[in-house]
Amino acid sequence: MSDADIVLVIGLEVHVQLQTASKLFCGCSTKFGQPPNTQTCPVCLGLPGALPVLNKEAFRLGAIAGLALNCKISPIMKWDRKNYFYPDLPKGYQISQFDLPLAYEGYLETLPEGGEPKTIRIIRAHLEEDAGKSMHDEAAGTSDSRIDLNRTGTPLLEIVSEPDLRSSQEARAYLDELKLLMTYLAVSDCNMQEGSLRVDANVNLHIPGPDGVIATPIVEIKNLNSFRAVERAIDYEAARQIDEWEDRGLRLGEAPKRTFGWDDQKERTVEQRQKEESSDYRYFPDPDLVPVTVTTQFVEQLQQGLGELPAALRARLQSQYDLDAYGANVLVNQGSSLVAYFEKLAAVSGNARRASNWVQQDVLRVLNETKTNIEGFPVAASQMGELLRLVENGKLNTSRAKDVFEEMFQAKLSLGDAMKSLGIEEVSQDALVDLCRELLNANPKVVADVSGGKQQAVGALIGQAKKRNPNADPGSVRKILLELIQQMG
Amino acid sequence: MAFSHDEVLKVARLAQLDLAQEEVETFAAQLGHIVQYIEQLDELDTTDVEPMAHGAGVTNVFREDQVQPSLDREAALANAPNRDAECFRVPPVL
Ligand SMILES: [Zn+2]
Repeated sequence: MSDADIVLVIGLEVHVQLQTASKLFCGCSTKFGQPPNTQTCPVCLGLPGALPVLNKEAFRLGAIAGLALNCKISPIMKWDRKNYFYPDLPKGYQISQFDLPLAYEGYLETLPEGGEPKTIRIIRAHLEEDAGKSMHDEAAGTSDSRIDLNRTGTPLLEIVSEPDLRSSQEARAYLDELKLLMTYLAVSDCNMQEGSLRVDANVNLHIPGPDGVIATPIVEIKNLNSFRAVERAIDYEAARQIDEWEDRGLRLGEAPKRTFGWDDQKERTVEQRQKEESSDYRYFPDPDLVPVTVTTQFVEQLQQGLGELPAALRARLQSQYDLDAYGANVLVNQGSSLVAYFEKLAAVSGNARRASNWVQQDVLRVLNETKTNIEGFPVAASQMGELLRLVENGKLNTSRAKDVFEEMFQAKLSLGDAMKSLGIEEVSQDALVDLCRELLNANPKVVADVSGGKQQAVGALIGQAKKRNPNADPGSVRKILLELIQQMG
Repeated sequence: MAFSHDEVLKVARLAQLDLAQEEVETFAAQLGHIVQYIEQLDELDTTDVEPMAHGAGVTNVFREDQVQPSLDREAALANAPNRDAECFRVPPVL
């Protein structure tokens, strides 16, 4: 057996913060970055006698996410208490969902880079409340931890995949697609810096043996604070588990599930101290909260409201605008607003391929350089579309058009004003013909040369035309000159 | 059903309780009685009975997603055994 026969098996648990104004069971704000302990109340502090009431919007967003993940929505869902002690969990239990989650049995189509599309099954997606934040305080010279409960009770959706992922690249593709879907639907902003998207990875190996495949004990990796960290942690863990298998030969069931943390600085996974009996959460139904029943009518209504999801949008951009898969993907990955911008551009300019190229090369470059998004982009799609139409109709060449685009963006000018500012004016056909006549009258030798078959002699006059009127399009001038000479002959 | 000492100690550990030896004895007997009492339910035939998710028989109680004023920080921290100007303070968390 070689390492190449070993199959890496990965399942991901992703927590996304639902984009609500208030918490899951109380009216405290979910706003990020506020002074510590200024967004709490008896409910989220877990004070005796306080009664949680479900946030309707959190439920709606969770159901939308479930449907977008092709899940079934439970006709009845209920709330359970997950019991454990931790200082950032004031009630001593987390309100979560155990046996009747909001959504279950779905899948997500993913596009691993350089690989074939792959379907990853989703086991379930359930609602739960977030815990608070503990900070270690060394500055004060004590070893205390400081607890901020602003985040306590913030609505989360935990999305659990089947262990269908086989490499760090596939895990990355799954996360990219999941994030795209959640942001498209405005279910979550998926901002990892603010903790709105968190990932835990379950990793083990399947090793072919003479008596069938052997599975090794599962390791859960926590503290993955970026998609890059997820990829590196999985790769590191795979190598570590192969070494461990060769050293100790432990099989699934012969060792408990262990938890490792990812150390971003040292770029390695580190085993965390086992919380004693951490798996024994003693779930039981929360008597403070009543179940939620869901009608098929409600589900159908949400389903219709989903609109065009990224996968369908990619396919449509390819078929409707004849874009290649790569181009469609680039546009879709930037979000629905950018796609809307592109579609307007394509419609106004009359050339979708050109519109796509300009969005990918010029618009995205400028957005990147200025760290803005399309919503704040000063060049309206209609104006940019008119610009591209000038190129399409041969009234402006591409390099000049790029200057105009730059001017429109930098000086925040309309198309007309930007062209005026650069001294570009459209020259009328009559004016061009007049100009050409004058030149031919003044240069009888050129006329004679061209008539005699030396067509390249006309080049000298094109140069002169450009000098007399910098906005004269060389192609049009050439065409008019040749026509006039023919008429004269 | 009798409760073993190990089971009592496990439940105590999960609840973060330290029990004296005689308390273990007491609770083993008491917990056994409680479970025995509940086990009477096993005598009922529940074959065609839907599992019940809640005792109140009420469903779908929601609130709108509207922010309500939170407590003043002073009020939130008032009952804390240990605190500073901004936060609750607890023994080190690793
Ligand atoms: Zn609250």
